Amino acid sequence: MQPRKVLYTIAVACAICIPLTGLYPVFVMKLMCLAIFACSYNLLLGFCGMLSFGHAAFFGTAAYATGWLMTARHCGVGVSILGGILAAALLGLVIGLLAIRRHGIYFAMVTLALAQLVYFVCLEAPFTGGENGLQGVGRGALFGIISLKSDVTLYYLVFAAFVAVFAFIERVVHSPFGQVLKAIRENEQRAVSLGYEINRYKLAAFVLSASLAGLGGSLKTLVLGFVTLSDVSQGASGEVILMTLLGGIGTFFGPVLGAAIVVTLQEYLSDLVGGWVTVIIGAIFVACVLTFRRGIVGALAAVVKRR
Amino acid sequence: MTEIFGVPVVVILGQLMLGLVNGAFYAMLSLGLAVIFGLMGVVNFAHGAFYALGSFAALLGLQLLGINYWAGLVLAPLIVALLGMAIERLLLRHLYRVDPLYGLLLTFGVALIIEGTLQQLFGSSGQSYPVPAALAGAVNLGFMILPKYRAWVIAASITVCFSTWFLIERTRLGATLRAARENGPLLQAFGVNVPVLLTLTYGGGVALAALAGVLAAPVILVTPQMGSSLVTVVFAVVVIGGMGSILGAIVSGLGLGIIEGFTKVIYPEASNIVVYVIMALVLILRPAGLFGRE
Repeated sequence: MQPRKVLYTIAVACAICIPLTGLYPVFVMKLMCLAIFACSYNLLLGFCGMLSFGHAAFFGTAAYATGWLMTARHCGVGVSILGGILAAALLGLVIGLLAIRRHGIYFAMVTLALAQLVYFVCLEAPFTGGENGLQGVGRGALFGIISLKSDVTLYYLVFAAFVAVFAFIERVVHSPFGQVLKAIRENEQRAVSLGYEINRYKLAAFVLSASLAGLGGSLKTLVLGFVTLSDVSQGASGEVILMTLLGGIGTFFGPVLGAAIVVTLQEYLSDLVGGWVTVIIGAIFVACVLTFRRGIVGALAAVVKRR
Repeated sequence: MTEIFGVPVVVILGQLMLGLVNGAFYAMLSLGLAVIFGLMGVVNFAHGAFYALGSFAALLGLQLLGINYWAGLVLAPLIVALLGMAIERLLLRHLYRVDPLYGLLLTFGVALIIEGTLQQLFGSSGQSYPVPAALAGAVNLGFMILPKYRAWVIAASITVCFSTWFLIERTRLGATLRAARENGPLLQAFGVNVPVLLTLTYGGGVALAALAGVLAAPVILVTPQMGSSLVTVVFAVVVIGGMGSILGAIVSGLGLGIIEGFTKVIYPEASNIVVYVIMALVLILRPAGLFGRE
């Protein structure tokens, strides 16, 4: 067996055992939702080289859509999650069509501005609960049969979704489609001259990434039972960048590790230092960009390769 | 009383006035961004944080040292610019050779540090800065009441903007700065100290943001978040005007402020988003921006 597969097997085995260890399952589930978000983001940034500064728009929109479908429309869990993903995908299509007209930093600024537009819509639209957000979203039952009230059942659902997303992204990146994306990242002009319609590829990647981010957002609503404006905010977009950067842009496991570190920091550090968390997050950002651009997994991989 | 669309003309003029004041701030901030981007290739995400720092520097100067408004107008941008130049020297400098996206991420981190620190030190409730005595009160123009301070903000901002434009586009110093962007090593070979020039450029852009902060202090509530809510609008303004175009930044800043003010009259719910909608339209019709060259 390859060492990579051994590592994955161990990780999956550990994750399956987590509910038995008494580690607070809601925390682990939240972490997995954000890991899905970070992985989806990495698909765009790491494998297509597109830095979106507004990815929380997709995460948050799906979270709101799922919450709204469950509370106002009394839809089932499956339908609500699918609805969330669909909403994120549609939004991804619209924002993507506009944003891919520009490259690099312009792309980042356009996504940032359009995400801010989504934020204001969420603030003022009648179905999002404005400043309060959507509270008291129940968990319901999957397919109307399997009740998700118990944390353990929901944990395995979220875990299954996480594994599926991870495997899907690995599959996509290694597919011919993924190879074209990498080619575009490396040298756009050359990809054009080889006859690829690069804008279609970029748009497809953008919509794919937005949909997966939406899945993360929908699941988070289910896990925590509420949606707030912070899910669509600029802060959330910044955090997902930090997770990816810290773990390692363009590595498969990096975003997962990055999400784990950032979520743990926020959860435990805020008790210790209170509001200084923002400052610490900012300092990690600065330190990462200056000294650690490959991220933790990227740096480890480089060490292993050198041996 | 005359009405347009059922809204009294006085109300419309009042909102346009407010819009123009906002536009003056947009223009100064997007000008600073355009200067830093146009001459250094750095997207300065910390611009809003420096704007907030400018306000806080003036406020603290007044509260602790009794420095009056006019001295604050000079001193606060100077101090903030020094901090900005230190950041350029210590941090930003190392990123000139890598992808410009890293500069964006670094300054995003710097913005979080500055805003988080302000938040911890001063809390999130706002403080107000008194309007200087010489500019208190209002003038009755007959068709509308014009508060003196707002008129001063507009006049000062337009003067600063066009002086900056003149400095960069029409003077020898400006030509040297543009040459540094075009071909740094060659300019260095001619005996110009390019690294110092870049530090000064960043300091200049930051000083513009801080100056806008001092000008804004008496008309808004001074809070740690005052910059972060503004910076995305300013980014949209810069995309609309055409990134790196100095005249574009000034004109679209003022113009969008007025449009926003007008939207507040006819359809208040959309006033927060009108700038972004215009940005989307500009991207569809003219992706390089109104004044940009591809």
